[in-house]
Amino acid sequence: MAGTKTGTKNVLHMVRRSDMNRGKALVIRLIAVLLSLSVCALVIVAITGENPLSVYSGIAAGAVGTSRRVWVTIREIAVLLIIAVGLTPAFRMRFWNLGAEGQILIGGAATAAVMIYLGPVFQDWLLFIIILAVSMAAGMLWGLLPAVFKAYFNTNETLFTLMMNYVAMQIVTFFVVLWEKPKGSNTVGVINQTGKEGWFPQIAGQQYLVNVILVTVVTILVFVYMKYSKQGYELSVVGESYDTARYAGIDVKHVIIRTMLISSAVCGLAGAIIVAGASHTISTSTAGGRGFTAVIVAWLAQFHPVAMIATSGILVFMQQGAIQIATQYGLNENASDIITGIILFFLVGAEFFIRYRLELTKVETGSAVGENK
Amino acid sequence: MSVILTFIQQAIVQGITILFGATGEIMTEKSGNLNLGIPGIMYMGGVSGLMGAYLYENSTDNPSVAAGVVISCLACALASFVGGLIYTFLTVSLRANQNVVGLALTTFGTGFGNFFGGSLSKMAGGVGQISVATTASGFQATIPGLSRIPVLGDLLFSYGFLTYVALVVAGICTYILTKTRAGLHLIAVGESPATADAAGINVTKYKYTATLSGAVIAGFGGLYFVMEYLGGTWQNNQIGDRGWLAVALVILALWNPAKAIYGSLIFGGLYILYLYIPGLGRAGHELIKMTPFVVTIIVLIFTSRRNKPENQPPASLGTSYFREER
Repeated sequence: MAGTKTGTKNVLHMVRRSDMNRGKALVIRLIAVLLSLSVCALVIVAITGENPLSVYSGIAAGAVGTSRRVWVTIREIAVLLIIAVGLTPAFRMRFWNLGAEGQILIGGAATAAVMIYLGPVFQDWLLFIIILAVSMAAGMLWGLLPAVFKAYFNTNETLFTLMMNYVAMQIVTFFVVLWEKPKGSNTVGVINQTGKEGWFPQIAGQQYLVNVILVTVVTILVFVYMKYSKQGYELSVVGESYDTARYAGIDVKHVIIRTMLISSAVCGLAGAIIVAGASHTISTSTAGGRGFTAVIVAWLAQFHPVAMIATSGILVFMQQGAIQIATQYGLNENASDIITGIILFFLVGAEFFIRYRLELTKVETGSAVGENK
Repeated sequence: MSVILTFIQQAIVQGITILFGATGEIMTEKSGNLNLGIPGIMYMGGVSGLMGAYLYENSTDNPSVAAGVVISCLACALASFVGGLIYTFLTVSLRANQNVVGLALTTFGTGFGNFFGGSLSKMAGGVGQISVATTASGFQATIPGLSRIPVLGDLLFSYGFLTYVALVVAGICTYILTKTRAGLHLIAVGESPATADAAGINVTKYKYTATLSGAVIAGFGGLYFVMEYLGGTWQNNQIGDRGWLAVALVILALWNPAKAIYGSLIFGGLYILYLYIPGLGRAGHELIKMTPFVVTIIVLIFTSRRNKPENQPPASLGTSYFREER
């Protein structure tokens, strides 16, 4: 607000930082995590009336209290991680793939279809390979449409991928009605409960170990692809500038479509991991908003795999803990979404302090410099 | 005849929630902010209005309809404002990425709605579903004489007052955007914040005002749904994909609130069309329900062919503005 009187006053002024090193950035992010955890605890204390210490121990018990809960937490981290990993190539190219939710659902639906129709026909190992292939193909189909239209017509991919989510959701609802068991229940129930056809196999007695191995392999592959392959370099050039890429002789259209196919294939695979590796059923909540949460995880981590694991870890730990506390008090499980939201707000807000610093500068009042705030 | 009449009535009822959301999102997007938190804000507005009314009705023996309506409107406006403020502070003041903040806000808002809607009556020591029949009757009241006119009364006057508020707000927003200096400034901010800044327009102020008022307008979509459509009760996830339909309607309406009025009627109609097509079966219903989204995708593709500049999304949509970086 420019005044009319002359004189000087202090004004807060934003400056882009260049002196930020890894350590400092980590400290800022840790402070944000601690602050968000305190706010989460405050919210839980306000709702339940418990003392904060028992709230924290309740969260810890809910997330890692028993060996079964530890595995559930690991399973959920793995799922969130693979979705975020899948989104990474697209984001690196500055292509906003908000369609992970739909790509997961369609991959999950394809998986369920294979389990239902081919389960009795093929051997388990063949079924496993078919599920991986079919779920990735289904995800690719969902990513192909927005990519082609982005490449050829420059159609806004943020909105296109977003709309594809709800097309996928209706298709899943359609199949739920088709496959429902028992009739009229509007749920599919556990698929192949007796024979476990198409279920991911147990390794060393652990049900979710296959999920973890799959996610680890995909994560490593994607990061090697991004970092050491020519294609990975090309997509980051396209992300910097279409014109630069074109000048360097890169076929931009081709790169957009290729990258999006990889991204959506991984998201489709995430659908297979959820359906064949965890829930063994399909519903509209199979993706359960994780496609959106993963967008934020991928963006926060800035393509850094360790940061991605850490962010997914914190989120899932708190979600599982919140679900436990909510059940304990007979409240509903959506408490975990509130907790997720709060943590994300803090983490997203913290990025500001990493990229900018605030400076007090003396300015003459009446000049235009002071109007920034 | 009466089937067509009911169809149009139902389409309007379905459309109003979406219209509120779309009008709010259009104002927001005109300032260059793509607020994907609108679905979450609708949940927050709806459940807060419900909570306000519930706490009021439980605190007095003889709750009055008018007070209940006013309290729930205020609670709704406040919660939506806070939701909008979280978004605006993070994206405009802290320059955070808009898509990321928007999605986080939707996660938060949906959780907020389902958690409090599902747990409030238990937390307040009651049993069963939360219900505010007295206040809801105020939202559902129709204009006494006019609604009795045959056909015309059913068609035009058989709705609660929020329906007319939605139409008036959409009209006012169109007027602001097309006929006033403030609207012109807002459009300038959305098209090119650097140019607007150079012309002496306070970019931050316009972004805040547009996004916050957009959030409050959208919040009333949630309130309408909870109070008039559900009759003052809550069911988890009932608002469903209507928030995203609102985001979709912005595209169909080509960023024009007046066109959003017709668009909301079309979406409302498509949303319930399955009830009027015989012989589909339950599975078929679900396929028909995807038409609003498919229609939106087709419109999106056609607008991206760039035949008319005024039908495009605001040029700076989705990007933060930092003065030192132009």
